[in-house]
Amino acid sequence: MMLDATRSGVMLAIVIMALVTYLTRAGGVFVMSRVPIGPRVERFINAMAGSVLVAVITPMAVNGDWGARMALVATLMVMLTLRKPLPAITAGVLTAALWRLF
Amino acid sequence: MTLEHDSRLTLGHLVSGFRRMAPLSLFVIVFGLAFGVAALQQGLSGLETMMMSGLVFAGAAQFATLELWGETIPLLPLIAITLAINARHLLMGAAFYPHLRELPAGRRYASLILLSDANWAMAMTGGSNAARLGILVGGGIALWSTWMIGTGLGVVFGSGINEPESFGLDAIMGCFLLAMLVGDKRDLSVLLPWGAAALAALAAMAWLPPHAHVIVGALAGGVVGLLLPSRQESRA
Repeated sequence: MMLDATRSGVMLAIVIMALVTYLTRAGGVFVMSRVPIGPRVERFINAMAGSVLVAVITPMAVNGDWGARMALVATLMVMLTLRKPLPAITAGVLTAALWRLF
Repeated sequence: MTLEHDSRLTLGHLVSGFRRMAPLSLFVIVFGLAFGVAALQQGLSGLETMMMSGLVFAGAAQFATLELWGETIPLLPLIAITLAINARHLLMGAAFYPHLRELPAGRRYASLILLSDANWAMAMTGGSNAARLGILVGGGIALWSTWMIGTGLGVVFGSGINEPESFGLDAIMGCFLLAMLVGDKRDLSVLLPWGAAALAALAAMAWLPPHAHVIVGALAGGVVGLLLPSRQESRA
């Protein structure tokens, strides 16, 4: 299944990629609208929601350099003390920049 | 009709969501710029690059599939990689479903068009269903706009910022998602599912095919969350 990279071929490939991506965006809601949501499903969803982010962030910490790791540590610490996202994110990015500067 | 009141999305909610997402969105310009430059180097035309950013609107998948675009385009790998990287949307959508359930199907599925990590994460932090929907859609519009602006700048001006990492900009998405994750939670009971998610993601990175780690980690965290409170309930 190869498409030639003519203008129409490339456009078709882009549209296919867009459709696949939209299916992932809508698919979870579609399935949930067909599943009866009891307390067990609710607990699963609630725990899964945060876990998605944990699983996205973990490789950034593992594969990243020490600048990226310290940025996450700084964000976490400011977030736990001030509970305000903007200062926490700013602290993280500044930490990464300064860490790499020196 | 009365059932929908809580979920009714007004222009005010959209504008408020747009505004709350605006600061982070500005940084998305840098990522869009990097993608525009990379896509041109791969041989895509400016129009094709803009079309891809506009229609697909999924940075990680767009970057990851770039190497597939050559003289011919292998469709199955293109679909497989796109699915693998974006499969996390399935779980994100499922988690957001309770806030969409009162909507008629058309608006429900339309409001998911711009679902991505950042606006979803912010929408999950709290508020009424309408406010959350405003963040998902309004914030999505903010992110989409800046992603397009960035891609356009990359296409027009080429390599403007070659090394965003030297400014710490590559860290911003991780820091943002972490800040959204921590939120104002004071409940330590989340630590077990989150720990399980991190460990499962690490294991998947080591032993499973690329891009599987998000799904594996998220499902592991969900299962631990499912098992944990039931024990407390049985004790109570």
